[in-house]
Parts: sequence; structure tokens; C-alpha cells
Amino acid sequence: METNHRKQWDDLIQPGMVHGSLYHDEMIFKEEVEKIWFRTWVYVGHESEVPNKNDFVTKSIGPMPVLMVRNRRGDIDLLLNRCPHRGNAVCVQEKGNRTSFTCPYHSWTFSNDGTLMNYAFPEGYNGADKSKLGLSKVPRVAIYRGFVFASMALDGPTLGEHLGGAVRTLDQACDNSPTGELNLSAGFLRHRTRANWKFILENECDGYHPAFVHSSIFSVSDSAIGSLYGADAVAVTRSFGNGHTEVDPRPEFRRRNEPMSWFGTTAEKLPDYVAQMNSTYGEQRARQIMIDGMPHVMIFPNLFIAEIQIFVIQPVSATESIQHVTAIQFKDSPEINRRLRQQTMGSVGPAGFLLADDTEMYERNQRGLEIRSPEYLYLKRGEHRERRDEDGLLVGHSTDDLPSREIWKHYRSLMEAH
Amino acid sequence: MNAKAEAAVQPDILKEWTGKGLAYAANPDHDLYRQVTQFLYREARFQDAHDYDEWEALWTDDGVYWVPANGTDTDPEQQMSLIYDNRSRIALRIRQLKTGRRHSQTPPSQLARIIGNVELLHSNGPDIGVACNSQIFETNLRGDTMWAARCVYQLRRVQDELKMAYKKVVLVNNNKPIYTISFLI
Repeated sequence: METNHRKQWDDLIQPGMVHGSLYHDEMIFKEEVEKIWFRTWVYVGHESEVPNKNDFVTKSIGPMPVLMVRNRRGDIDLLLNRCPHRGNAVCVQEKGNRTSFTCPYHSWTFSNDGTLMNYAFPEGYNGADKSKLGLSKVPRVAIYRGFVFASMALDGPTLGEHLGGAVRTLDQACDNSPTGELNLSAGFLRHRTRANWKFILENECDGYHPAFVHSSIFSVSDSAIGSLYGADAVAVTRSFGNGHTEVDPRPEFRRRNEPMSWFGTTAEKLPDYVAQMNSTYGEQRARQIMIDGMPHVMIFPNLFIAEIQIFVIQPVSATESIQHVTAIQFKDSPEINRRLRQQTMGSVGPAGFLLADDTEMYERNQRGLEIRSPEYLYLKRGEHRERRDEDGLLVGHSTDDLPSREIWKHYRSLMEAH
Repeated sequence: MNAKAEAAVQPDILKEWTGKGLAYAANPDHDLYRQVTQFLYREARFQDAHDYDEWEALWTDDGVYWVPANGTDTDPEQQMSLIYDNRSRIALRIRQLKTGRRHSQTPPSQLARIIGNVELLHSNGPDIGVACNSQIFETNLRGDTMWAARCVYQLRRVQDELKMAYKKVVLVNNNKPIYTISFLI
């Protein structure tokens, strides 16, 4: 079945219907690594994780680790942690600060921009060209307001073309910071999940599940999230194209017309933050930013900004994934940052009030697909009420399957390409 | 980096795993030691049996429940932790579990844990410092998982009963991707 069906993407992915094998077939996963993870733009990390020259941190592109380095000139490089000699790791530390990396096997030493500086007992190499023996680098790196994206493809669409209209959500996130800058250096929780990465991807803008999956925490806390995802909600889902989707709750927050309501609090409780915002943006603009709040956007294929935290989705195999998550911090705003961290730690990660249960759903979905029938998953909710907004973007009700349909449309275009 | 500089990096890595050295009590009081171990075993039993109310009642009013991530002595006021609950959040955690709709605990994990290597810590104040190891076998819908942790407690005598004022659980793999951990660790 797998080899027969593998190339027939129009059969596997139909309007509102996707084949179960897309979530567990290891051959399909291998093809995804090549055609999605090693070709399109993926999110790698944030500049604030390597604030100083010679800082480095281990990140990933798909299942492959990469070293994100701020080199000795202050530029961001993405190095592949594989000694060109025999393949050993030149660095086994998670993060740190160093100007060079030395392979422990035969002591080849590389500058933190990847250049081979020297190897042991050089006379044995008879003048070999060191410039051809450096660490490999990820060929394309592009940074937007601190967000570091990369593509393993030598050429292709620019990051700007890839992000398209979704760039508005990155701006929206940064604008919530009084300095216009985010800080993502509080450390990541790493939540391992025995499920395909696309279940995670699709869940991020699925507004249908919260009322059920998260009813336990909604019923015992004063969380206001629930009202965004009811049948009567005015929040919308939106597709930006290229697989990027969002839940846009701004219609609801604008109806409430209360600054900081998006964060479940009031302006009075965050006087320092509000003063900083007013000073940066002026009262009128600051008020609008604080009413609209942070975005809830899934940048295909792996960056999920969930209001106050970011998740980075990492595929490990067809049936195993990792969710990396950390609190968003606004640069130089300690008052709100503590609340952002506390709320994030309560909600997400392996012990989180929300994510433990989302992740339980992913794993049950995954096991469910071992059952052979029906062959297809059903993603038609809200097909009849899709519409175009004033910018021509496709929108639906906050509980509709529109994000999934749009993700699969883009996925299919990537997988059909040669 | 040359060999000398490389060597200088190593002690920091070690400290990340093992944490600051704890000050162990020089001459532990045997009666106190017995009371403490009985307390730890009882706490373990409440957790294994999902006796949520009984477990919650072990906490003092100012209790702090901390499960760090990415090391042993991280700063929970600056860095992400797996759990960093004050007393009201401990109560919220318990209320959620008791709804019966905490899906990751419905059905509940089946658990057996062993508490060992219990040592009393040197103490200057009224609280009783304790260090121990905990090894937990969990089986649930996903499968079987082994957990191992180094724990530190501050216990306090409240109306002649021991209570937990502070519990820190350092999972030995807290710098790695780990599965959902929604039972009481």
C-alpha cells in the first residue's frame, strides 16, 4: 500500500480529507524531511538566545541538530555539528560561549564561523586546502525582528515571500513589547510526544478542541480562554497562505475594549508596563496594542506563537516529536515578564495544565491510526462558511477546520514538487 | 579552544547536573530520622494512590513545589521550570486532577515509587531539611516510563505534625525531552 500510494498525493490529500498513512508512514516522513524540513524556511531560534559574541546554542532543523552561533564578528551563523574528517561532534555542550570548536577525536579545530583553523600533525596533509574542510553551514539564514529562520535549500523563495501576510503577526508580537524587542532566553521545556508532528501543527489553530480537552482547567480556574472558542465566539481563524494559519481573537477583544483583557488582567495591575507602552507608542496606539494583545499564529512548519509563549515543533520520526516551549519575555519589562513566565509554566510543558492534555490527545490520535478503517480523517468542519476578509484572506469561525485544510493544501504543494 | 581552557569548562557542567553541594547533618537524630522517613513514605503512598486531598493536606500554607528544568540550581524566578507552584497553584493542580477530566490522568497513571538514600540536612532554622532519591515506575495508555529524581524537602512541624513547606524534584533527565508528567511527582 505504502509504495503504491506514496506518490499519489492527490489521492492521499483530498479537499477536507487526508489519508491516515500521512501520519505514520516512515517513507512519507523521510520524504517530508527532504521536501519540507530541508527545503522550505524553518524557524531555528531567536537572537536573544545568543546575545553576546561567541555565544552558541544547540537548535535544530527538522530532526537534525544545528549550532546557532554568534560568531566573533557578531553575526549569526548556523553550523552543522559534524567534523568533516570522520563525522564526530565538534561540540557536545547544549550552549555556552567559545571562540572555537575542537573535535575531540583528532583535534581538528574550527573557528566559530566554521572555518578550519588547524588540524593535528599538519605535515600529514601535505598542504591540503583548509578552506574546503570547514564545518558545513546552513546555506540560507534570514532574521526578522530577532526571529532566526533558515533554509537548507540553496535557492528558493525569500523569507519575506515565505511569510507573506503572516509577517503581521510577528510585528504584532514585537509591538507588545515596550522596546519592540522580545527576549526568548528563559530556557526551553522539551516535551516529548509519541505522535506525528502534523497532529501538533494542526492542533495549534484548532479552536474546536479547547472547550473539551481543556474543560478541566477552565472549570476550576477563572481562565477567559474558553469564551474565545465557544459556538458563539466572534474570534476567527485565518489562512495567510503557505501553510501559515492563525486564530485571531481581536474581534472579541475589540468588543470588550479593555486593555490587557487578552492577558486576563487589567491595565491597573500592570502600571509599569502600561507606562512603558504609553511612552514608546503614545497613549492611543499603546491602548490599541494592549486591547489587541498577542497573536496566536502557527508559522508553517514549526513556529507557534501562542500569545505568551512560543513553541518550536521538532519532528523526530513519523511517530515521535518534540515540542520545545518557552515564555515570551518583553525586553526590559520585568513587571509583566514575571507574569508571562508564571502563566507559561502553569500552562505548558510536560506538566502543564493545558499541554499535558493536548499531548495526550496527539498520542491517542496516533494510536488510533493503527486501526485500519476509516482510511481518511475528516476535516470538513466549516467548509460551507469559509469567506474572504477585507484583505482577501480566507477566514472561518474559530472552531472550524479551515487551518487544517489550508495546511494540507500547502503541504501537498510542497510534497508534489520535485 | 585549547586543552587548558577546555578543562576549565568541565566543572561547570558537573555542577549543572549535581547542583550546589548540600550541607548534610553531622549527627542525625535517629528519632527525627525515623519520623522523616515515615513522612516521605506516606507522601509517596498518597501520590502513588492518587489520594489528592491527603497529599494536599501535607503542605504548609506557604508551600512551594518546584520541579526545575535544564539543571539543578536554576533560578525559578528567571528561568523556565516544569513546575513552579505556590500554594494556590498547588491547590489548582489538585482541583484540576479531581475534575476527572484531566485527560492525561484519565485513566490515572499506575505508579509505584521507591524513596531511598534519605539524609537529613544541616539546619539553622526551625525547618527540617531532607534530601532523598525517588525512582518511579509509571504505566499508562502510552506505555511504561521510568522516572528518577533527586529531591530536597523543607519539612516543618505544625501542631506536632510534619508538613511540607518546600519540595524540589530534580529529574535527572530534566535537560532532555521528556514525556508528559501529569501525575504528582
